Amino acid sequence: MAVREISYRDAINEALREEMERDPTVCIFGEDVGRYGGPFQVTRGLYERFGEWRVRDTPISEEGFTGMAVGAAMTGLRPVVEIMYNDFVTLAMDQIINQAAKARYMFGGKARVPMVIRTQGGAGRGNAAQHSQSLEMWFVHIPGLIVIQPSTPYDAKGLLKSAIRNDNPVIFIEHKLLYVTTGPVPEEEYLVPIGVADIKRAGDDVTIVATSRMVHFALQAAGELEKEGIQAEVIDPRTLKPLDIDTILRSVKKTGRLVVVNEGHLTGGFTAEVAARVQREAFDWLDAPIMQVATEDVPIPYNRQLEWEAMPSVADIINAVKSVVYR
Amino acid sequence: MTLDRAKLADMYYRMWLIRHFESRARWLFQQDLVRGSTHTYTGEEAVAVGACAALNRDDYITSTHRGHGHCLAKGGDPRRMMAELLGKATGYCKGKGGSMHIADLDLGILGANGIVGGGIAIATGAAYSAKVRGTRQVVICFFGDGAANQGVLLEAGNMAALWKLPVIYLCEENQYAEFSPSRPFFAVERLEQRALGLGMEGIPVDGNDVLAVYETVRQAVERARAGQGPSFIVAKTYRWEGHTVGDPLTYRPAGEAEQWKTPERDPIARFGKYLVEQAGFAPAELEEMNQRAEAEIEAAVQFAMDSPEPAIATLWEDVYA
Repeated sequence: MAVREISYRDAINEALREEMERDPTVCIFGEDVGRYGGPFQVTRGLYERFGEWRVRDTPISEEGFTGMAVGAAMTGLRPVVEIMYNDFVTLAMDQIINQAAKARYMFGGKARVPMVIRTQGGAGRGNAAQHSQSLEMWFVHIPGLIVIQPSTPYDAKGLLKSAIRNDNPVIFIEHKLLYVTTGPVPEEEYLVPIGVADIKRAGDDVTIVATSRMVHFALQAAGELEKEGIQAEVIDPRTLKPLDIDTILRSVKKTGRLVVVNEGHLTGGFTAEVAARVQREAFDWLDAPIMQVATEDVPIPYNRQLEWEAMPSVADIINAVKSVVYR
Repeated sequence: MTLDRAKLADMYYRMWLIRHFESRARWLFQQDLVRGSTHTYTGEEAVAVGACAALNRDDYITSTHRGHGHCLAKGGDPRRMMAELLGKATGYCKGKGGSMHIADLDLGILGANGIVGGGIAIATGAAYSAKVRGTRQVVICFFGDGAANQGVLLEAGNMAALWKLPVIYLCEENQYAEFSPSRPFFAVERLEQRALGLGMEGIPVDGNDVLAVYETVRQAVERARAGQGPSFIVAKTYRWEGHTVGDPLTYRPAGEAEQWKTPERDPIARFGKYLVEQAGFAPAELEEMNQRAEAEIEAAVQFAMDSPEPAIATLWEDVYA
């Protein structure tokens, strides 16, 4: 299989282009996604290829166009909505939580809502409190939604293609600092299944579960730890809901130690959810308390030093690992 | 206007179907057989029936928390509706939705909606979808004067006007917004003036005159199918009952409702008078339709009562497709 090195951004663009070629019901709605090519240039070239009805530049009306996608999805289209920053989902929450996520169940299984909401989150770029959050757990909490956070170009492309073909509302959260990162992506078509974790690095001493950009932090930490003779296994769930808990449990039963890393806030966050599941289902295999590495419970500040202090760092992960391997 | 005798009779029958349905729904709620809350459409029958009479079977509607009338007007099955009110397995939603979430996608009914204004963006999206798929379907978005104050109306209405989407925003101005009169909550003199800001003409219509509603909506449907874009219609009507069954109505002036229940204003009586005086119906025919509608609703109640409860295992079904 021929493989090239392409960016996360281009991988997502390829996924959109391929699915739109394959299925004429796939449409994109969002701010600046058409003529401008997307605020992060993810959708560039698609307007020229597919025209205004399939790549729709919308007014700044997040609730309106997200709700339109729900209605379009219920009546035969497969809309892909772009919400520029995940912080702006607040404006569209009724459409996502009360309409998209519930239509199927509350209408007795008759409705299908095959739509994808692409957005991006994360801190580290000085965007401050309203443009840097990691809000994935708001959606993980809601039955009826699927939540995906890809960390690599390969996963981003394969998972977005699966998301577009899926018949449920899917929240697909990219990371603003991953768009320019590159990685191997096959020339040939492939899909990455929803709900399957990926072991990004194998190891026997400790399990690190990390999501989105934190996967790269965890891999850096694992590289440092190796120099001290500690072999970390790094697992990327890729899909937060439904969570592939089996892959995590298998690893924990091998290593006996778990560190969970997520860029959302600590309280009520992803790290707490994973910790609760693992202690319930693998208590007897644990040799140390489960450690959580997450963003401090403060709004994301603007100042560079303050921002970095608020976010998880590679050093935080190393320290957490050392505390559970008692080194 | 091109309404033949059969169509006129069907409209009259459906108005009675709604009135009897609501009467039984209220009674079932009072018997504690309907749970949560239920919102009756009594007095507003001409709006739903007149509007849906202008639609084809494959056209869409979005409805509201006060949605029984829209569903019946679009052809919904009263038995499955009543079963849903009783939470039964045979209900439209298999007992999982209740009064506020009845949908029949096969009839283009994209759902009642528990969120005030919740159908506005969905209707607009269905119209977008019809356009992309190249069908000639149109969408009627029913909403109330309360919902007219939701921000999503500006967002979705603007997009519908920009892209000439085949959607009709049909505001039912029933004069109450939940537990308050609606008038103190809009600054414009007349609600239809809101349409100007969306780039549409606001069209008022007597919402208690089923033929006026029909004709106004028919013209809007014609414009929508011809690619001329959305319409914004305000049907002036009156909510005979409270926001929910059991509402003490402390906010409503004494005697006000009675003024809307007179033969001159009651939408069913008005239409009946027209049918006898101008369409050649005999009073006995009208009475027969009324009784037939009542019997159909009684049969629906019986069907619902006799239907099984959903199995517990269905709790986990249909969360995902």
